[in-house]
Amino acid sequence: METVINLIQIAIGAALINNFVLHYFVGICPFLGVSRKVDTAFGMGCAVTFVISVAATLNWTLTYFILRPGAPLPAWIWKMVGGDSATTLDLSVLSYIMYIFVIASSVQFVEMYVRKFFPPLYKSFGVFLPLITTNCAILFGCLEILKHLQDPTALWGLHEALALAIGGGIGFTIAISMMAGIREELDMCDVPKSLRGAGIALITAGIMAMAFMGFAGVDRGVQQAVTFLMK
Amino acid sequence: MAEDTKPTADPEPAAEDLSPADGGPTAAERFINGILPENPVYRQLLGMCPVLAVTGGMKSAVTMAAATGFVLICSNVIVSLIRGLLKPHLRILVFTLTIATFVTIADRTLAAFLYQMSKTLGPYVPLIIVNCLIISRCEICASKQSVGVAFFDALGMALGFLLALSSLATVRELLGSGTWFDMTVLPAGWPDWGVMILPPGAFLTLGLLLGLCEWVGQIREARAKRSS
Repeated sequence: METVINLIQIAIGAALINNFVLHYFVGICPFLGVSRKVDTAFGMGCAVTFVISVAATLNWTLTYFILRPGAPLPAWIWKMVGGDSATTLDLSVLSYIMYIFVIASSVQFVEMYVRKFFPPLYKSFGVFLPLITTNCAILFGCLEILKHLQDPTALWGLHEALALAIGGGIGFTIAISMMAGIREELDMCDVPKSLRGAGIALITAGIMAMAFMGFAGVDRGVQQAVTFLMK
Repeated sequence: MAEDTKPTADPEPAAEDLSPADGGPTAAERFINGILPENPVYRQLLGMCPVLAVTGGMKSAVTMAAATGFVLICSNVIVSLIRGLLKPHLRILVFTLTIATFVTIADRTLAAFLYQMSKTLGPYVPLIIVNCLIISRCEICASKQSVGVAFFDALGMALGFLLALSSLATVRELLGSGTWFDMTVLPAGWPDWGVMILPPGAFLTLGLLLGLCEWVGQIREARAKRSS
């Protein structure tokens, strides 16, 4: 039960309180670029959620077993070549390069899979699927997971990493779909000429960010409510 | 002077080399272009993530601009040097890995010499890897032109980026804490507009500054049309 509450807390934190787009400013490019129609925006959000889960799984495995300080695989190899057991090997300097490589490859595989098994979906995405590689949100999710794999006493398991990734993806989907809905309405409004397009979108995002600031403390409230109900 | 960039056995043609003699932009043109006419943030709308995130204060903005400039210049130079060896379908991956290497160098250097600033900038230094600006400069300029042109293109873009970050950070820091580069500028009676430091302030400021740049651009266009 403790784990489930913890997972829900992490997911709600990533989705609402520390929303990837409106609090951490990652994934702004698709947020401004794809948010014209609710359908494409929702599709983009789902694609990002899927890719971020795949990338988080692969990168968590890579970091847990190879890259973090004190990881088992380098320690085993070190022992095999006759090193002393007092040194902890830390390969985390390779993290960024490995992460972006894994993300680029997983996006490539997802694209090949979607092209083969869901051709209409692939056609509706167009050029946006490869562009997800440069989506800051995915790399940011992996970096957040990396942050929690540094301390050997409090390592995050795969379930917590996935909770963060899926929560972050859902938060991105919520933000981008809301923005698309608002922009569809804005198309019929009298926006000043110099603010049309990106200007008014950013101002709208600012007001949305203000609204999302109201979610601060929700995770602690949920935790207290659940603890109270469990008693 | 077009160089021989592909081996005869290669089925896919390599990208064409755009030397100034062929009508591609010169180094000076690339340099001036990057600062205002094709400013990465205000004109091309690239690299927005760090622009919004680190512009709470001038110090972090200038450090981020320096780090991005370093990565941009180094990757442009390296990509330009290896442009003859790039396979078309793998080139984005090669760009990304090169950029990731330089970002690792920049990040470790920052953590070693400017630890507090590194903590403030947090995850946004590694996010330089996915900064669309750097990949787009590699794709548009460095993979097609010589090292000198690529270097000045990167330098111009880096200065333009610095300009954009500084303008945003100045507004946010002045209105949000009354300081500039952590020196108190506004009188003590100034009520700090806390929202400027928080995420909403970043979005609002950038949106309004973008609108301002568009408006200035439109006035200049109208003036040019009237005088022609």
